[in-house]
Amino acid sequence: MFEFGSPREGLVHSTSEVALRFSIQINEGPYTHQASDTAYQFTKAALEKGHEIFRVFFYHDGVNNGTRYTVPPQDDRNLQKLWTELAEKHKLDLVVCIAAAQRRGILDANEAKRQGKDGDNIAPGFRISGLGQLIEAGIQADRLIVFGD
Amino acid sequence: MSDEQQKKKFFYLNRKAPYGTIYALESLEVVLIGAAFEQDVSLAFVDDGVFQLMDNQDAAGTGMKGFSKIYRALGDYEVRKLYVEKESLETRGLSVEDLMPITYEDEDEDYAEKPSIILVDKSELAKIIADQDVVMSF
Repeated sequence: MFEFGSPREGLVHSTSEVALRFSIQINEGPYTHQASDTAYQFTKAALEKGHEIFRVFFYHDGVNNGTRYTVPPQDDRNLQKLWTELAEKHKLDLVVCIAAAQRRGILDANEAKRQGKDGDNIAPGFRISGLGQLIEAGIQADRLIVFGD
Repeated sequence: MSDEQQKKKFFYLNRKAPYGTIYALESLEVVLIGAAFEQDVSLAFVDDGVFQLMDNQDAAGTGMKGFSKIYRALGDYEVRKLYVEKESLETRGLSVEDLMPITYEDEDEDYAEKPSIILVDKSELAKIIADQDVVMSF
Protein backbone atom coordinates (compact mmCIF):
# COMPACT_ATOMS: atom_id res chain seq x y z
CA MET A 1 0.00 0.00 0.00
CA PHE A 2 1.08 3.54 -0.72
CA GLU A 3 1.23 6.26 1.87
CA PHE A 4 -0.42 9.45 0.76
CA GLY A 5 2.18 12.19 0.54
CA SER A 6 2.08 15.84 1.47
CA PRO A 7 1.81 18.31 -1.42
CA ARG A 8 5.57 18.98 -1.54
CA GLU A 9 6.80 15.44 -0.95
CA GLY A 10 5.85 14.22 -4.39
CA LEU A 11 8.08 16.80 -6.01
CA VAL A 12 11.08 16.22 -3.79
CA HIS A 13 10.97 12.44 -3.91
CA SER A 14 9.92 12.13 -7.53
CA THR A 15 11.52 8.71 -7.93
CA SER A 16 10.03 7.17 -4.79
CA GLU A 17 6.59 5.62 -4.83
CA VAL A 18 4.53 8.25 -3.07
CA ALA A 19 0.88 8.09 -4.02
CA LEU A 20 -0.74 11.46 -4.53
CA ARG A 21 -4.31 12.59 -4.60
CA PHE A 22 -5.03 14.43 -7.85
CA SER A 23 -7.89 16.58 -8.98
CA ILE A 24 -8.35 17.20 -12.69
CA GLN A 25 -9.88 20.26 -14.33
CA ILE A 26 -10.85 20.11 -18.02
CA ASN A 27 -11.55 23.44 -19.70
CA GLU A 28 -12.14 22.45 -23.32
CA GLY A 29 -14.72 20.40 -25.19
CA PRO A 30 -13.96 17.14 -26.97
CA TYR A 31 -12.41 16.92 -30.47
CA THR A 32 -11.79 20.66 -31.08
CA HIS A 33 -9.10 20.57 -28.42
CA GLN A 34 -6.84 17.82 -27.16
CA ALA A 35 -7.41 18.81 -23.50
CA SER A 36 -9.94 16.09 -22.72
CA ASP A 37 -7.85 13.39 -24.48
CA THR A 38 -4.72 14.36 -22.56
CA ALA A 39 -6.62 14.60 -19.29
CA TYR A 40 -8.08 11.13 -19.92
CA GLN A 41 -4.62 9.64 -20.62
CA PHE A 42 -3.21 11.37 -17.54
CA THR A 43 -6.05 10.20 -15.31
CA LYS A 44 -5.78 6.63 -16.57
CA ALA A 45 -2.00 6.57 -16.14
CA ALA A 46 -2.20 8.07 -12.64
CA LEU A 47 -4.75 5.44 -11.57
CA GLU A 48 -2.59 2.65 -13.02
CA LYS A 49 0.36 3.98 -10.98
CA GLY A 50 -1.72 3.73 -7.81
CA HIS A 51 -2.54 7.42 -7.40
CA GLU A 52 -5.95 8.63 -6.35
CA ILE A 53 -8.19 10.86 -8.47
CA PHE A 54 -10.30 12.88 -6.06
CA ARG A 55 -12.45 14.47 -8.75
CA VAL A 56 -12.56 15.38 -12.44
CA PHE A 57 -14.21 18.76 -12.94
CA PHE A 58 -15.47 19.89 -16.36
CA TYR A 59 -15.57 23.66 -16.90
CA HIS A 60 -16.01 26.14 -19.78
CA ASP A 61 -16.63 24.13 -23.01
CA GLY A 62 -15.29 21.13 -21.09
CA VAL A 63 -18.89 20.49 -20.02
CA ASN A 64 -19.52 19.24 -23.58
CA ASN A 65 -17.56 16.10 -22.70
CA GLY A 66 -20.57 15.12 -20.61
CA THR A 67 -23.30 14.76 -23.24
CA ARG A 68 -24.34 11.23 -24.17
CA TYR A 69 -25.58 12.45 -27.58
CA THR A 70 -22.06 12.66 -29.01
CA VAL A 71 -21.75 10.34 -32.02
CA PRO A 72 -18.21 10.45 -33.44
CA PRO A 73 -17.30 8.34 -36.53
CA GLN A 74 -16.93 4.66 -35.68
CA ASP A 75 -13.19 4.57 -36.36
CA ASP A 76 -12.58 7.47 -33.96
CA ARG A 77 -12.38 7.44 -30.17
CA ASN A 78 -15.57 8.21 -28.25
CA LEU A 79 -14.33 10.44 -25.45
CA GLN A 80 -17.60 10.50 -23.53
CA LYS A 81 -17.70 6.70 -23.48
CA LEU A 82 -14.04 6.51 -22.45
CA TRP A 83 -14.74 8.79 -19.49
CA THR A 84 -17.91 6.90 -18.57
CA GLU A 85 -16.08 3.55 -18.66
CA LEU A 86 -13.12 4.89 -16.66
CA ALA A 87 -15.54 6.33 -14.10
CA GLU A 88 -17.35 3.00 -13.77
CA LYS A 89 -14.11 1.06 -13.39
CA HIS A 90 -12.54 3.35 -10.79
CA LYS A 91 -15.63 4.96 -9.25
CA LEU A 92 -14.49 8.38 -10.45
CA ASP A 93 -16.37 11.52 -9.53
CA LEU A 94 -17.00 13.30 -12.87
CA VAL A 95 -18.54 16.70 -12.18
CA VAL A 96 -19.92 19.07 -14.79
CA CYS A 97 -20.18 22.72 -13.70
CA ILE A 98 -23.84 23.69 -13.54
CA ALA A 99 -23.42 27.35 -14.57
CA ALA A 100 -21.22 26.43 -17.54
CA ALA A 101 -23.54 23.51 -18.42
CA GLN A 102 -26.68 25.63 -18.46
CA ARG A 103 -25.10 28.10 -20.90
CA ARG A 104 -24.19 25.23 -23.22
CA GLY A 105 -27.28 23.03 -23.02
CA ILE A 106 -25.99 20.19 -20.86
CA LEU A 107 -28.84 19.02 -18.62
CA ASP A 108 -29.62 16.14 -16.30
CA ALA A 109 -33.19 14.99 -15.70
CA ASN A 110 -33.69 17.25 -12.67
CA GLU A 111 -32.37 20.35 -14.42
CA ALA A 112 -34.41 19.62 -17.55
CA LYS A 113 -37.54 19.45 -15.43
CA ARG A 114 -36.63 22.57 -13.47
CA GLN A 115 -35.88 24.57 -16.63
CA GLY A 116 -38.94 23.27 -18.49
CA LYS A 117 -36.89 21.50 -21.19
CA ASP A 118 -38.16 18.42 -23.04
CA GLY A 119 -35.14 16.21 -22.50
CA ASP A 120 -31.78 15.75 -20.85
CA ASN A 121 -28.43 14.67 -22.24
CA ILE A 122 -26.04 14.03 -19.34
CA ALA A 123 -23.94 10.92 -19.90
CA PRO A 124 -23.76 8.02 -17.42
CA GLY A 125 -21.09 8.51 -14.78
CA PHE A 126 -21.29 12.31 -14.95
CA ARG A 127 -23.11 14.53 -12.49
CA ILE A 128 -23.97 18.23 -12.55
CA SER A 129 -22.97 20.36 -9.59
CA GLY A 130 -21.66 23.78 -8.57
CA LEU A 131 -18.31 25.54 -8.76
CA GLY A 132 -17.79 24.90 -5.05
CA GLN A 133 -16.90 21.34 -6.11
CA LEU A 134 -13.93 22.73 -8.07
CA ILE A 135 -12.68 24.75 -5.10
CA GLU A 136 -13.11 21.72 -2.84
CA ALA A 137 -11.20 19.63 -5.40
CA GLY A 138 -8.34 22.14 -5.13
CA ILE A 139 -8.41 22.06 -1.33
CA GLN A 140 -8.61 18.28 -0.96
CA ALA A 141 -6.07 17.25 -3.60
CA ASP A 142 -2.29 17.27 -3.39
CA ARG A 143 -2.28 18.53 -6.98
CA LEU A 144 -4.92 20.15 -9.16
CA ILE A 145 -4.00 19.65 -12.82
CA VAL A 146 -5.65 21.95 -15.38
CA PHE A 147 -6.07 20.78 -18.97
CA GLY A 148 -7.08 23.51 -21.38
CA ASP A 149 -6.20 25.88 -24.17
CA MET B 1 -7.71 18.54 10.04
CA SER B 2 -8.24 22.06 11.39
CA ASP B 3 -9.47 24.91 9.22
CA GLU B 4 -6.04 26.53 9.37
CA GLN B 5 -4.39 23.46 7.85
CA GLN B 6 -6.97 23.44 5.10
CA LYS B 7 -6.20 27.00 4.02
CA LYS B 8 -4.40 26.93 0.71
CA LYS B 9 -2.93 29.50 -1.63
CA PHE B 10 -5.29 29.71 -4.61
CA PHE B 11 -3.96 31.45 -7.69
CA TYR B 12 -5.98 32.38 -10.77
CA LEU B 13 -3.94 33.08 -13.90
CA ASN B 14 -5.87 35.18 -16.41
CA ARG B 15 -4.42 35.13 -19.92
CA LYS B 16 -7.24 36.14 -22.26
CA ALA B 17 -8.96 39.39 -23.27
CA PRO B 18 -12.30 40.04 -21.53
CA TYR B 19 -14.89 39.65 -24.32
CA GLY B 20 -13.37 37.63 -27.18
CA THR B 21 -13.90 34.40 -25.25
CA ILE B 22 -15.76 33.45 -22.09
CA TYR B 23 -12.63 32.54 -20.09
CA ALA B 24 -12.39 35.88 -18.24
CA LEU B 25 -16.03 35.88 -17.13
CA GLU B 26 -16.06 32.22 -16.08
CA SER B 27 -12.74 32.72 -14.28
CA LEU B 28 -14.35 35.51 -12.25
CA GLU B 29 -17.24 33.18 -11.41
CA VAL B 30 -14.77 30.71 -9.90
CA VAL B 31 -13.05 33.49 -7.95
CA LEU B 32 -16.36 34.72 -6.51
CA ILE B 33 -17.53 31.23 -5.51
CA GLY B 34 -14.06 30.42 -4.19
CA ALA B 35 -14.12 33.49 -1.97
CA ALA B 36 -16.70 31.76 0.23
CA PHE B 37 -14.14 29.05 1.06
CA GLU B 38 -11.82 31.51 2.83
CA GLN B 39 -8.63 30.51 1.09
CA ASP B 40 -5.61 32.75 0.45
CA VAL B 41 -6.51 34.06 -3.01
CA SER B 42 -4.51 35.95 -5.60
CA LEU B 43 -5.08 36.71 -9.26
CA ALA B 44 -2.60 37.45 -11.99
CA PHE B 45 -3.10 39.05 -15.38
CA VAL B 46 -0.70 38.23 -18.21
CA ASP B 47 -0.70 38.35 -22.02
CA ASP B 48 -4.06 39.68 -23.31
CA GLY B 49 -5.40 39.07 -19.79
CA VAL B 50 -4.19 42.56 -18.85
CA PHE B 51 -7.04 43.94 -21.01
CA GLN B 52 -9.49 42.57 -18.43
CA LEU B 53 -8.46 45.41 -16.10
CA MET B 54 -8.64 48.29 -18.64
CA ASP B 55 -10.35 51.39 -17.33
CA ASN B 56 -13.51 52.75 -19.01
CA GLN B 57 -14.65 49.53 -20.62
CA ASP B 58 -17.96 49.67 -22.46
CA ALA B 59 -19.36 46.36 -23.66
CA ALA B 60 -22.69 47.87 -24.77
CA GLY B 61 -22.08 47.43 -28.50
CA THR B 62 -21.12 43.78 -28.21
CA GLY B 63 -24.46 42.43 -27.03
CA MET B 64 -22.62 40.91 -24.09
CA LYS B 65 -23.07 41.78 -20.45
CA GLY B 66 -20.30 44.05 -19.20
CA PHE B 67 -18.62 42.66 -16.11
CA SER B 68 -15.58 44.90 -15.57
CA LYS B 69 -17.16 46.44 -12.44
CA ILE B 70 -16.84 43.07 -10.68
CA TYR B 71 -13.04 43.46 -10.54
CA ARG B 72 -13.47 46.65 -8.51
CA ALA B 73 -15.67 44.78 -6.01
CA LEU B 74 -13.15 41.96 -5.42
CA GLY B 75 -11.81 43.74 -2.32
CA ASP B 76 -15.19 43.13 -0.65
CA TYR B 77 -14.61 39.39 -1.20
CA GLU B 78 -11.21 39.49 0.52
CA VAL B 79 -9.49 39.23 -2.87
CA ARG B 80 -6.76 41.81 -2.54
CA LYS B 81 -3.80 40.68 -4.59
CA LEU B 82 -4.10 41.33 -8.31
CA TYR B 83 -0.71 40.85 -9.92
CA VAL B 84 -0.23 42.45 -13.34
CA GLU B 85 2.74 41.43 -15.43
CA LYS B 86 4.79 44.45 -16.47
CA GLU B 87 6.03 42.96 -19.75
CA SER B 88 2.49 42.13 -20.88
CA LEU B 89 1.44 45.76 -20.34
CA GLU B 90 4.50 47.14 -22.13
CA THR B 91 4.12 44.83 -25.15
CA ARG B 92 0.61 46.20 -25.59
CA GLY B 93 1.63 49.86 -25.19
CA LEU B 94 -0.15 50.07 -21.85
CA SER B 95 0.85 51.30 -18.43
CA VAL B 96 -0.72 50.82 -15.02
CA GLU B 97 -2.45 54.22 -15.45
CA ASP B 98 -4.58 52.66 -18.20
CA LEU B 99 -6.03 50.17 -15.71
CA MET B 100 -9.02 50.65 -13.40
CA PRO B 101 -8.19 51.86 -9.93
CA ILE B 102 -8.91 48.80 -7.77
CA THR B 103 -8.64 49.09 -4.01
CA TYR B 104 -9.49 47.23 -0.82
CA GLU B 105 -10.16 48.42 2.70
CA ASP B 106 -7.49 47.39 5.21
CA GLU B 107 -9.32 46.64 8.45
CA ASP B 108 -5.99 46.61 10.33
CA GLU B 109 -5.35 50.24 9.41
CA ASP B 110 -8.71 51.86 10.12
CA TYR B 111 -10.14 50.68 6.78
CA ALA B 112 -7.67 52.71 4.77
CA GLU B 113 -8.11 52.21 1.03
CA LYS B 114 -5.12 50.43 -0.48
CA PRO B 115 -4.38 49.49 -4.08
CA SER B 116 -5.02 45.84 -5.01
CA ILE B 117 -3.04 45.97 -8.25
CA ILE B 118 0.58 44.92 -7.84
CA LEU B 119 2.89 45.42 -10.81
CA VAL B 120 5.43 42.59 -11.14
CA ASP B 121 7.88 41.50 -13.80
CA LYS B 122 8.03 38.04 -15.37
CA SER B 123 10.65 36.65 -12.97
CA GLU B 124 8.85 37.98 -9.87
CA LEU B 125 5.60 36.45 -11.12
CA ALA B 126 7.33 33.11 -11.70
CA LYS B 127 8.41 33.08 -8.03
CA ILE B 128 4.90 33.99 -6.88
CA ILE B 129 3.42 31.14 -8.94
CA ALA B 130 6.00 28.67 -7.60
CA ASP B 131 4.84 29.54 -4.08
CA GLN B 132 1.15 28.66 -4.74
CA ASP B 133 -0.73 25.49 -3.79
CA VAL B 134 -3.46 25.58 -6.43
CA VAL B 135 -2.98 27.31 -9.78
CA MET B 136 -5.91 27.62 -12.16
CA SER B 137 -5.20 28.94 -15.62
CA PHE B 138 -7.86 30.67 -17.70
